Amino acid sequence: MSMKRTLFLILPAVLFISIFMLIPLMIALVYSFMTSDSYGGVTAPATFDAYIQLLYQQDFDGSLIFSTDYLFIILRSIELAVATTLLCLIIGLPVAWHIVCQNASRRKFLLFLVTMPFWINTLIRTYCWVLILRDQGLINMTLRNLGLIMDPLPLLYNDGSILLGLVYTFVPFMVLPIYSTLERVDTRLIEAAHDLYAGRWQVFRRVIWPLAKPGIVAGSILIFAPALGSFLAPDLLGGGKKLLIGSLIQMQFTSSRNWAFGSALAVLVTATVILTLIISSRRNKVGEVRI
Amino acid sequence: MIEVRHVSKVFTTMDIGTVTALAEVSLTINDNEFFTLLGPSGCGKTTLLRLIGGFETPSTGEIRIDGVDVAGLPPHKRRVNTVFQSYALFPHLTIAQNIAFGLEMLKWSKADIDVRVKEMLALVRLEGYGERNAAQLSGGQQQRVALARALAPRPSVLLLDEPLSALDLKLRKGMQVELKRLQRETGITFVLVTHDQEEALAMSDRIAVMSAGHVLQIGRPEDIYDDPNCCFVADFIGEANLIPGALLGRANVNIVTIRPERVTVGPGDAPAARIAGTVAEVTFIGPDTLYDIGLKDGTRMRARVRGDRGRFHAEEPVTVHWPDEAERELAS
Repeated sequence: MSMKRTLFLILPAVLFISIFMLIPLMIALVYSFMTSDSYGGVTAPATFDAYIQLLYQQDFDGSLIFSTDYLFIILRSIELAVATTLLCLIIGLPVAWHIVCQNASRRKFLLFLVTMPFWINTLIRTYCWVLILRDQGLINMTLRNLGLIMDPLPLLYNDGSILLGLVYTFVPFMVLPIYSTLERVDTRLIEAAHDLYAGRWQVFRRVIWPLAKPGIVAGSILIFAPALGSFLAPDLLGGGKKLLIGSLIQMQFTSSRNWAFGSALAVLVTATVILTLIISSRRNKVGEVRI
Repeated sequence: MIEVRHVSKVFTTMDIGTVTALAEVSLTINDNEFFTLLGPSGCGKTTLLRLIGGFETPSTGEIRIDGVDVAGLPPHKRRVNTVFQSYALFPHLTIAQNIAFGLEMLKWSKADIDVRVKEMLALVRLEGYGERNAAQLSGGQQQRVALARALAPRPSVLLLDEPLSALDLKLRKGMQVELKRLQRETGITFVLVTHDQEEALAMSDRIAVMSAGHVLQIGRPEDIYDDPNCCFVADFIGEANLIPGALLGRANVNIVTIRPERVTVGPGDAPAARIAGTVAEVTFIGPDTLYDIGLKDGTRMRARVRGDRGRFHAEEPVTVHWPDEAERELAS
């Protein structure tokens, strides 16, 4: 294909990514080095204040005191995103494998079930979990009516409920890429491994896992990045009791009116994700991943 | 030794109900034997192979390998290895790692594995290919890797599922010789599945001819060729004339079969003839001439005559003769 034609064909993708990703990112980067206007937006002069605020608190007399508050929020967010990704993998891999093992018509039906949650707005789906988990919710009322408990179990507004919400939202993003990689795997390979004295566990470890790996990497990226910045599940299911980075960023642009700091946090999240991508691409050749 | 006793296999499918792939099959495969399951597609030969390998379980009957009933033993607990039709080489491993796979599963030491892998690469003449990926090899080379991988753990039986069907004719001829050599050198029992009768005749010590889930005849290639026990076998192995007994004045005989190369063609007035006919077609193919002869009831008969430079022409009345020992009377 000629060079000209190549450029022409990739132009839409380049335009789309520039307008909707690179330019906003640049704006956030620039904003993060400005001073926040107390009515929203940013003004001159350019400073590093927003980044300093990540690690230091300003005392009344203007001196800076080292503070780990924001650092902990960031660490907690990363922790939660990692846990979400791992749980999605633990649930998603067997599900994907199960679907691959079915005949064509059953596969179609099961894939349809996996993608069905996409039909309903995430906000509504997350709210439903509130209805299920709250003190007067489905689970607690059922258990109480059965006489199994006296006081409602504290199911809502903790790390567990946030994790539940995140895993629930993101698990299809693990199932689908793993399914699409495993679907291409010749089932004779499994038989060949069995034939060569591999038991079930060895077949999984030596054949299925390495062959599913491109899908696992793709799924992990698809989940880790948005899970790190999500604020819907933490807000609704976590009750906003403990801040996560997504909610923190949202707050800076709304109630706190500290756009510079919000931008600095956003830049930090993006940098974390990009760094993770680079590391995993070095190790697993993400370029070969087909989603 | 593999003993198959009264083995049946019935598959149940959602759309067509039950299918009997094997019906009461019994046969014995001896040690160090090159045994071939021969038949058209759908005759149950691959099913039988998969039953021996442990990939399917028999509906009824018993399979013994070296005296041990293998019912309920999964493939990885049988000292049997398979060469798959599609080769099924692991795409994420190198050639050497593919060959080492079974040895690692059997917990051989690293040093022993290295020695064995080198040995196997030499055996299949792929020295120096160890570090390559399967995708970088040609079909014939992949085939040999699959063989090396299956032979490496020294199985007591090697199962080969149409191993040559994906190769072109020239490679296939070469691999036939190669397989025969490997079997001789390793002394392992080979069980080959094929639909190619020439391949079966060329390589096997014994052949089981199968059709529609039944074993029709078991024997050495010569015996099966010279002495088929039914029309199907006569027709499937090589070329055969199948002549109704009534046409030869034998009312109590259903079919008489004769190989075309045992038939001689004479002039129409020859006295010693068995039957008369008319030449329908003459084909000169170098060393031989093929005559297609129409008998009086419309039955076609083929004769393959050596060194005959087209003595007879189309439309010419001829007589056909063959010695007594060349014919077989078949009941079915």
